[in-house]
Amino acid sequence: MSTRLANGGRRIDRTRPVEFRFNGKRLKGFEGDTLASALLANDQMMMGRSFKYHRPRGVVASGSEEPNALFNMGEGGKFEPNQRATTTELFDGLSVTSQNHWPSLEFDVGVLNNYAARFLPAGFYYKTFMFPRPAWKHVFEPFIRQSAGLGRAPDKETLDADTYEHFYFFADVVVVGGGVAGLQAAKTAALSGAKVLIMEQDPHWGGRAMVDGEPEEGFVQRLVGELEGMDNVTMRRRMMGAGVYDHGYLLGYERLRDHAPMLAGPRHRLWRIRAGQIITATGAIERPLSFAGNDIPGVMLAGAVRDYIAEYGVSPGDRVAVVTNNDDAYRTAIAVKKAGLEVPVIVDARAGGGGELAREARGMGIRVENGKAIAKVTGGKRVKSVKLCAQAGEGAVLEEVACDAVAMSGGWSPVVHLWSHCGGKLVWDEAEAMFRPDESRPPLNQNGAGFVRCAGAANGALDLGAGLADADAAGKGAAEAAGFKARGDTLPDLAQDDALPIEPVWMMPQGAGPKLRMKAWLDYQNDVKVSDVQLAAREGYESVEHTKRYTTLGMATDQGKLSNINGLAILSDTLGQAIPQTGTTTFRPPYTPISMASIAGEARGEIFQPVRRTPMHAWHEANGAHWEPVGHWRRPYCYLKGEETPHEAVSREIRATRASLGLLDASTLGKLIVKGPDAGKFLDMLYTNMMSTLKPGRCRYGLMCSENGFLSDDGVVVRLDEDSFLCHTTTGGAERIHGHMEEWLQTEWWDWQVHVVNATEQWAQVGVVGPNSRKVLEKLGGDVDISKDGLSFMGYTSGKLGEFDARIFRIAFAGELSYEVAVPASQGRALWDALWDAGEEFGVTPYGTEAMHVMRAEKGFIMIGDETDGTVIPQDLGLHWAISKKKEDYIGKRAQERTFMQSSDRWQLVGLETVDGSVIPDGAYAVAEGENANGQRNVQGRVTSTYYSPTLDRGIAMGLVHKGPERMGEVIDFPGTDGTIYKAKIVDAVFYDPEGEKQNV
Amino acid sequence: MRRYSAFAVAREAARYHTGWERAWRSPEPKKKYDVIIVGAGGHGLATAFYLGKNHGITNVAVLEKGWLGGGNTGRNTTIIRSNYLQDPSAALYEKARSLYETMSQDLNYNVMFSPRGVIMLAQTEHEVRGYKRTAHANALQGVQTEFIGPERVKQLVPIINLEGPRYPVLGGLWQARAGTARHDAVAWGYARACSDMGMDIIQQCEVTGVRSEGGKVTGVDTTRGAIDCDKLGMVVAGNSGPLAEMAGFRLPIESVALQALVSEPIKPCMDVVVMANTVHGYMSQSDKGEMVIGGGTDGYNNYTQRGAFHHIEETVRALVETFPMVSRLKMLRQWGGIVDVTGDRSPIIGKTPLGNCFINAGWGTGGFKTIPGGGWATAELIAKGEPGPLAAEFGMERFIEGRFIDESVAAGVAH
Amino acid sequence: MLILECPCCGVTGEETEFHGGGEAHLKRFGPGSADTDFENYLFMRENPKGVHLERWRHVNGCGKWFHVARCTVTLEIFGSYSAQTLEPPQEIKDAISAKRPGWSWRDFS
Repeated sequence: MSTRLANGGRRIDRTRPVEFRFNGKRLKGFEGDTLASALLANDQMMMGRSFKYHRPRGVVASGSEEPNALFNMGEGGKFEPNQRATTTELFDGLSVTSQNHWPSLEFDVGVLNNYAARFLPAGFYYKTFMFPRPAWKHVFEPFIRQSAGLGRAPDKETLDADTYEHFYFFADVVVVGGGVAGLQAAKTAALSGAKVLIMEQDPHWGGRAMVDGEPEEGFVQRLVGELEGMDNVTMRRRMMGAGVYDHGYLLGYERLRDHAPMLAGPRHRLWRIRAGQIITATGAIERPLSFAGNDIPGVMLAGAVRDYIAEYGVSPGDRVAVVTNNDDAYRTAIAVKKAGLEVPVIVDARAGGGGELAREARGMGIRVENGKAIAKVTGGKRVKSVKLCAQAGEGAVLEEVACDAVAMSGGWSPVVHLWSHCGGKLVWDEAEAMFRPDESRPPLNQNGAGFVRCAGAANGALDLGAGLADADAAGKGAAEAAGFKARGDTLPDLAQDDALPIEPVWMMPQGAGPKLRMKAWLDYQNDVKVSDVQLAAREGYESVEHTKRYTTLGMATDQGKLSNINGLAILSDTLGQAIPQTGTTTFRPPYTPISMASIAGEARGEIFQPVRRTPMHAWHEANGAHWEPVGHWRRPYCYLKGEETPHEAVSREIRATRASLGLLDASTLGKLIVKGPDAGKFLDMLYTNMMSTLKPGRCRYGLMCSENGFLSDDGVVVRLDEDSFLCHTTTGGAERIHGHMEEWLQTEWWDWQVHVVNATEQWAQVGVVGPNSRKVLEKLGGDVDISKDGLSFMGYTSGKLGEFDARIFRIAFAGELSYEVAVPASQGRALWDALWDAGEEFGVTPYGTEAMHVMRAEKGFIMIGDETDGTVIPQDLGLHWAISKKKEDYIGKRAQERTFMQSSDRWQLVGLETVDGSVIPDGAYAVAEGENANGQRNVQGRVTSTYYSPTLDRGIAMGLVHKGPERMGEVIDFPGTDGTIYKAKIVDAVFYDPEGEKQNV
Repeated sequence: MRRYSAFAVAREAARYHTGWERAWRSPEPKKKYDVIIVGAGGHGLATAFYLGKNHGITNVAVLEKGWLGGGNTGRNTTIIRSNYLQDPSAALYEKARSLYETMSQDLNYNVMFSPRGVIMLAQTEHEVRGYKRTAHANALQGVQTEFIGPERVKQLVPIINLEGPRYPVLGGLWQARAGTARHDAVAWGYARACSDMGMDIIQQCEVTGVRSEGGKVTGVDTTRGAIDCDKLGMVVAGNSGPLAEMAGFRLPIESVALQALVSEPIKPCMDVVVMANTVHGYMSQSDKGEMVIGGGTDGYNNYTQRGAFHHIEETVRALVETFPMVSRLKMLRQWGGIVDVTGDRSPIIGKTPLGNCFINAGWGTGGFKTIPGGGWATAELIAKGEPGPLAAEFGMERFIEGRFIDESVAAGVAH
Repeated sequence: MLILECPCCGVTGEETEFHGGGEAHLKRFGPGSADTDFENYLFMRENPKGVHLERWRHVNGCGKWFHVARCTVTLEIFGSYSAQTLEPPQEIKDAISAKRPGWSWRDFS
């Protein structure tokens, strides 16, 4: 059984017990435990079920490479699935449940898949479930989905109870990894004066050296102390280097409160770091060995076994068999023995056995079997024994050795993820049987120079002394590359380990038959076995990417940290090619999964996308505004009074405005000031109309096209004085059109003297609309003349309106006598209030965007975004009057000369009047006879704006119809999606006051 | 070709699956083919398949510089839908969708087409009108879609937040017969079927030059030697620009990065595909349980198959806003692909300035969903030398005439 | 995530400060020009694998447009220069040549 040892456990504080819950059971651990170590201490070896076969699984590793021990953690707004037990620090009150089983971890119905495993090899689903056809959707897929997945999905209404933040950081050198290599690299770099950041994903500095031996006594503590004393060094623990991106962009994922939820503040902090140089001292990960039954709970990585003993005082078993192809695993045997536990056998696949460490183990009385292998592990939910055989053979059992844990080591693989994220290449190191960074092909930065270097074990320097020297060199190199003068540090004098070389063992035993291969796991979580990779190769899925995707090898939540190298070695072997020829799959960020919440950061809820508000926003809110998002603004769609529906409100607003007086907050309209000696010439190019001839004090409606000819914006242009124009744009268009103007000014006509300013937010603007609009303005007083003749239609004046500094434009979008009054934004609300008070006697009514839309439609005015959609040219809309014939050029003119734009077959704007007065549905198309070559019903037009007109008490619409203006009076059919056919007569688009008498009073 | 079935699997189980044959052959290139297709992605393989199946042309080689299905076919978010606005697009995408429905049976390879339905959320009045328009257009195009209200959206997507503080969900365009498929399987299934027809799929074979005589293509130079052909199909997505340059013409195409990501797998919580164009993000749940997430393209020419992280941030923000529970999940993996985007963001299927050389390119973010339709139309084009009705509007000449196929009218986001 | 230098204000900034504007040195063809010239100007693109000359705007900064010489395969930046020019200045060409001898882009090399 696994249990807590009486002594040991560097990380735990035995004086501080911690209580936690596992599947409802109360269990005890100590402060400093991980969830995995605490579970082991409570003899909970089985921690989960595998993805496909639902096999019982125990913890294999002690770090972030763990594929099996994943849990549902927490509740409600703090629930999180797939939490990795090996990196989850224990805290009081922690509560987890195991995953991927039903009804319970111990008895899981899904394990039926395991008994049928022979019928469910890699990719079996590509070959089956095809008949009958509907069964995939209704039977097979729901079944597969239900049995796949891992953790529970958070409740559908879950709102995250935690907060998150982003943080920017800039450093000359960033070191990822706080083991001895990282610490040394950081120190050497920092000695040069460079600004250094070092991060460690673990809560502790020192990495494996704390278990396997420091370069000298107290080395880590001394280095940490030195670094802490340097002003140019920033140190973060519990922070992982998640991803390396182009030009030295590095993502740091800091877990601030995962270990202590009682603390205040954000849970995760995402560091967006710009690094001059990056050193990855990310260590190495031990590889499992591929033997039958290597997934039975109790089979663990050798390094993990000694971690649990040394760091947590936890024994994974009383009798630990060790199996290895290298010297390092002997450390585990020695540690187990020293902890007072039994090592019944060390199985060393190498015929020649190990070196110095092997001698030491033998000296302690441990039995060592060279040239041997594990034929099979027995046990179900727990290891019972190992059956030994010759490594060179096919697995004939020589003897059975009782044990309750197996420590395995297939060698170590450098963690090259961060090196590879941005294009760093790897080289296969035959001697060490590993891929390590190829320093001649690093990821390149903006200058085409390498910006990542690896140090220590991550660079393939597994020996402690060599690793330190490598780290020192990396620190020096990085500092120099970042522009500092650096020199190496004085390092402890270390003798080279007297180890015998690793011998690659990709299959154990070497000649294992199909039965054994079907029980030899490569990818624990996704249930990929040696036989699956071999099947993939046999079927022609020869590329490593094909094999990965066909078998799902390495696609689990550990992203193949344990399985990838073993898998591609098997693949290479099967294909009879060298490992480097097979290559690796692509390493992608993040190194281990990071919370979506940390990526979203603070931008959620109210500040997801801040709302732009006009100065009158609060008034609207207090007066029943029914909001509509328009661009980043929010505008009142209408103002609801009492119990009325939005539709009723819109009708009321229109009637009141046409009868007397309405107010519209038009502040969101874009307001661009275009100024300079060449302003007129510039606007002549931008608008289809002639603007240079506009007289100061006059307004002109203008159209703007893209260079591709399509109508892109419209608005009223005002000539403020000889060399300044005020260009109104649509609400959504201000920034876009400003950018458009700047682009042409800066990149095409850069010698023209024009200056453009976006003054949209500097001015509040109110549409004062209706027969009583002049009266209400006159009531406010001031020195402006807004009389019929003083300010004629399409005129502009400025001056004092009451107390306000006003610009007044007499323009009419609703077809009534109306003015737009602009005042500095700071006076906006006061103006609105003043108009409200003064308008009381006229029954003043605020109206929203929908009433505005309906009123302009009644007048036959187009709306950008309704009549236009990016495929419409002004000529389609009958706006020839706004296209200057005199100008040689304007943006879009050449495009409009193309054959398809000149075609007489284009759909053109007309009014549409339903025969029965009903309202044509939004977006309806007019059908024509027959079908096209693709069997689609022919169409001859479509509705672009359609409303109920309260003024006319009937449906009105505008639409684009094939040769529409030539077909006045013709009735065409608009089928609705509900089966109704709307018959509409083609009419003139101006439904209300065609002579324009209302606006000219 | 040995048929795949549950019985075959059972039979093989008895002998530890040692009897399975290769899904596709790995032949040496011949000296000459009737047709060479460059690019063994989904569209290239589908083109070859329909050349054989519909037109009886089987002396075909499909050349691939890497591994088949290794480009955008194997790195997209697998959404299949045909709720397009413009007639030519709707015809092509609906043809593709309908072919997906029977693809597993047609290819005897389970591509796991899952007609689970796609919703495109309407979150502004403008989007409501746009999607209602699409629904009307689709009804006349023979594409089954409907505009649904917020209650129905919530019913279909229980994890959605209807009353987002920023953009309330006002409804959505629902295509019940849209869905997803297993992307790799589509390439593999076509490859197996092509190989079975006697076609040669030649991987690790990069085209280095296009040879021509008298304005007509005669063959290609490759890293595995020169190969002659009567007709050439260029179906290489993001690499179209460089290949066209070899053939001596330019394209109205730019190649940019498009990124995607997946969460860790969780038990089923979302049965349909949801696209939220106002906030720029979309999400579905794979059969494995991962939430598959995508957004818009990066904004500059790029051949690295990597993107910038701030786009990932934008997409995740959008999805956390739309589906708040996503906040408690973790990102497992992010990746990028190179998409070829044309001047009107619609694809090109047509003739090129070089005789007997045809192109299928410019799918931008819509390539996967059209694989069978694009292949069908391109095969017809190559076989007959002239486009059929499906491809008729997609020729390059539309850029000179100003006759665009603009889908951004309805929804301007990647998918 | 690129780092770019704005030649107008001298700021070296994050990609998020800038907005890509596509191919540089396009010659505008207006009314009366040939159909193919206009099509080339508006749609046909170099889209090279390698050295590219392109436009950027310092949109969240000084607001100015400028040009960048960049490699689309490695994302290496060779230099940035004024948008108010018809061709890349000699020092930019030299900087590219130093890294990519024999390069050419449209008529420039």
